[in-house]
Amino acid sequence: MKKHNQKAWLFVLPVLILVAFNALIPMMTVVNYSVQETFGDNLFFWEGLGWFEKLLRSDRFHDALGRQFLFTGLILIIEIPLGIAIALSMPRKGFWVPVCLVTMALPMLIPWNVVGAMWNIFTLPDIGLLGYFMNHTLGINYDMTQDPLAAWITIITMDVWHWTSLVVLLAYAGLVSIPDAYYQAAKIDGASNWAVFRYIQIPKMKNVLTIAILLRFMDSFNIYTEPFVLTGGGPGNSTTLLSIDLVKIALGQFDLGPAAAMSLIYFAITLLVSWLFYTLMTKDDLN
Amino acid sequence: MALELRQVTKVVGSNMHIKETSLVLEQGHFNVLLGQTGAGKTSLIKLMAGLDKAASGQILMDGIDVTNQSPQKRQISLVHQFFVNYPHMTVYDNIASPLRLSGMGKDAIAKRVNETADILQLIPMLQRRPHELSGGQQQRCALARAIAKDSTVVFLDEPLANLDYKLREELRDQLPDLLAGRGAVVVYATSEPEEALLLGGKTALMDDGQVTQFGPTAQIYRHPKNLNAARVFSDPPINIAEVIVRDNQVELSPEITWPLSSNAPKTAGTYTLGIRPNFVVPQKTSASQVALKGRVMVSELSGSESSAHFEMGCNAWVSQAHGIHNYTIGQEHDFFMDPSKCFFFAPDGALIA
Amino acid sequence: MAKITLKNLRHSYYPNPKDPADFALKEINLDWQDGGAYALLGPSGCGKSTLLNIVSGLLAPSDGQILFDDQDVTDLPPDARNIAQVFQFPVIYDTMTVYDNLAFPLRNRGINETEVSTRVTEIAQMLDVNDMLQTRAANLSPDNKQKISMGRGLVRDDVNVVMFDEPLTVIDPHLKWKLRSKLKELHQRVKATMIYVTHDQIEALTFADQVVVMQEGEVVQIGTPVELFERPAHTFVGHFIGSPGMNVLPCELRADAVYLNDTKIEIEGPATTTNAQTYEIGVRPEFVTIADTGLAATVHKVADIGRHSIVEALIGEVKVSAMVQGDTPQKGDQIYLNFQQNQTRLYGDGWLCSTAKGAK
Repeated sequence: MKKHNQKAWLFVLPVLILVAFNALIPMMTVVNYSVQETFGDNLFFWEGLGWFEKLLRSDRFHDALGRQFLFTGLILIIEIPLGIAIALSMPRKGFWVPVCLVTMALPMLIPWNVVGAMWNIFTLPDIGLLGYFMNHTLGINYDMTQDPLAAWITIITMDVWHWTSLVVLLAYAGLVSIPDAYYQAAKIDGASNWAVFRYIQIPKMKNVLTIAILLRFMDSFNIYTEPFVLTGGGPGNSTTLLSIDLVKIALGQFDLGPAAAMSLIYFAITLLVSWLFYTLMTKDDLN
Repeated sequence: MALELRQVTKVVGSNMHIKETSLVLEQGHFNVLLGQTGAGKTSLIKLMAGLDKAASGQILMDGIDVTNQSPQKRQISLVHQFFVNYPHMTVYDNIASPLRLSGMGKDAIAKRVNETADILQLIPMLQRRPHELSGGQQQRCALARAIAKDSTVVFLDEPLANLDYKLREELRDQLPDLLAGRGAVVVYATSEPEEALLLGGKTALMDDGQVTQFGPTAQIYRHPKNLNAARVFSDPPINIAEVIVRDNQVELSPEITWPLSSNAPKTAGTYTLGIRPNFVVPQKTSASQVALKGRVMVSELSGSESSAHFEMGCNAWVSQAHGIHNYTIGQEHDFFMDPSKCFFFAPDGALIA
Repeated sequence: MAKITLKNLRHSYYPNPKDPADFALKEINLDWQDGGAYALLGPSGCGKSTLLNIVSGLLAPSDGQILFDDQDVTDLPPDARNIAQVFQFPVIYDTMTVYDNLAFPLRNRGINETEVSTRVTEIAQMLDVNDMLQTRAANLSPDNKQKISMGRGLVRDDVNVVMFDEPLTVIDPHLKWKLRSKLKELHQRVKATMIYVTHDQIEALTFADQVVVMQEGEVVQIGTPVELFERPAHTFVGHFIGSPGMNVLPCELRADAVYLNDTKIEIEGPATTTNAQTYEIGVRPEFVTIADTGLAATVHKVADIGRHSIVEALIGEVKVSAMVQGDTPQKGDQIYLNFQQNQTRLYGDGWLCSTAKGAK
């Protein structure tokens, strides 16, 4: 038997270095900050798990986390069914396919801060198209700088407008991969449209939908740019999501320790929920 | 030209995909790998082609060790069961691509492509793209690409499996002529015993990641080394029954006995009898035949032959006879077996010669 | 269960067909009896799948009518035709158990659960899948999946016709004969009208009482397996059925007899036409023997296929195959061939034009 040589490890080295710079080192810096207190001048004092404890007990954190879950929950509830519905109603072949696909992809091509700015202007009560129409034509009092409900409706609508396309495209990819024979068999078996949806389309779309939900969960849970540009977290704190709050603490107040602790908890929650969700969705396939 | 395997194995995880195999494959005739799906034919081909690495052992080309050589350097061609062509290239470019890679001159390429396309009747389609061709034409294009190239080994992995049966017949007929005089070692994998017989040459029977027997095709068919080899090389399946040899006769059941013939075991005991379906026929043709009775479950017609699946005691047997015979399903029919064509296998499976 | 009639059926995939070549199906007239087992046999692209889809209603024909028990169903959608179809690739509902899969067509029609349970159990028994009724269908092997697809087609007892579209394509060769025989057995038990589309002669001949051979959108011959083998109506049928297929040898029809390479050949009986453009002799390799006198030929190739050998010989430029038992000549040998007279037929422009002696 020939002795194994260890030279192959050299080939893995670049990847290891890359991962280290990319993830491990920044991460360890954050961990380092999270257990210390600093007042600037590069002076650090050991704080232990103090920041974590304070944070987990603070109402401010609870509120931001609650808003974050509410936001993510709402957009998932709206975007996933809406995305599937749009995908189902799109043509599967012919001239209109590329037209639909391009139209669908358009919102996703716009930079995030531009989306925020666009919607901000769009909803201004005196000059924005939507804002003016609502306030002056319909006579509905709609001003998201005053009314938390209006602000919420606006950020949700904006996210739905921006990201439903992703769900549509993924669901559509799932749909077109179903062989015709399945639809033909279902017709012959006398299946209703609902049965076709329930027993053919949904099961065949399951994998892409899992990916769609995961992506939408992670993106919306970490969302920052668009709501920040749109509402800046207001009015009051009503749309201050976790990420906005985090930046406020870290850069606004320069509380690096608490901010670092918050980042870690934030990260842990995202990871945990994604993992839970993924395990649940793929559980069936493993048996 | 010869391809030699010396104690080659392949291991995936803790599974032995190819058990220790030694083979010498030569040019000038087809080398058929025959085995059911999952027997290890494709795994073995991948090893020989260098697409997979052997866990142990050596692979030699003309006595030169190529075990660690990459497939690109080995000058081989491979045709897969599914028609693999470059979709964006015309048929001409598809056939020419390996020649261009080998640095052949433009005129020489044109000459070679046209020659090959002519034999495979692809001339009218040279300017089309693969998706404009029928399945048979696509596979001919893939074959042309493999053949045009000056390869030292040509691997054909069930190349006809996805074609219409008549087309399969035609191409199978042409393939040996096409590859003759190329000076390449031809390795052909198939799961159909009939195909192996039609291609002739030498056959390696494969079962469970192992070559169980290797030799001239017709000879292996007539002299399977053991029960397993006989099973692999039989379609419809070989008929099998437990028999007792005693008092100078063979006993299939208390009613069905016949005198010991020269091919039967000399010592008394229990053996497994194997007889090919074509030696079990519905009409008596010679006095030495042994009469059987069975309830016909299914009858099949292959155009020129009829087969009947019948139950006889606890054995399910098949009869295959020339011409058309009508059976009533569910009824008892007479069958006649030629005892001189029986194989006898010892309890460990080995053929008793 | 029903009798199926196809009247002047034509189909083209082009919106405005002009040329006959634009038609995937050219004028089909067929009668399928109630409870029969039929096969549509032909090479790929011969129009057999098109015909099947027209019968099932997945495709509307350009011209003509489809009648079930003399009722016009041409404009009815598939679900209103009361038919069942098994596709080339197994179609199963992944998330359901085998039991629910089999029950699906019944439940969709509002049949009560006791009845569903009886039918499903019965079909599962026929298909030998009763021990996997509670498994999820997605986890089955391809052959079992295909059995479930067949089961869904057979579970309803009110279907007019059950259709099979090359159902054994994805099945491993050594399992094919098992499913082939299972299908035959099923037909004998359920007695439904069944139509089986395939390019494989063994599947067609095993399954069907009547085989419809198609070529380029046309029906070339309808007959029992025996008829197709013994008296092919067209050289295509002779070539397509049997392996190797029938020898088709160009010949000359002179005043007194048929000549092949200036040698007189005895055919089964007199020719019925004398004004065809080309004439060919059709004789199956089974009926060609090597003898001491006869047609001189040179052995070109010998293939020993175990049960017998196939000798390919050249008479001049013409290839002839013979099926030989026992000793075979060597390549290059000079041999003499004999054709068995009552199995040697004459074809004019492709169509059978000799009559058997004693026949009307």
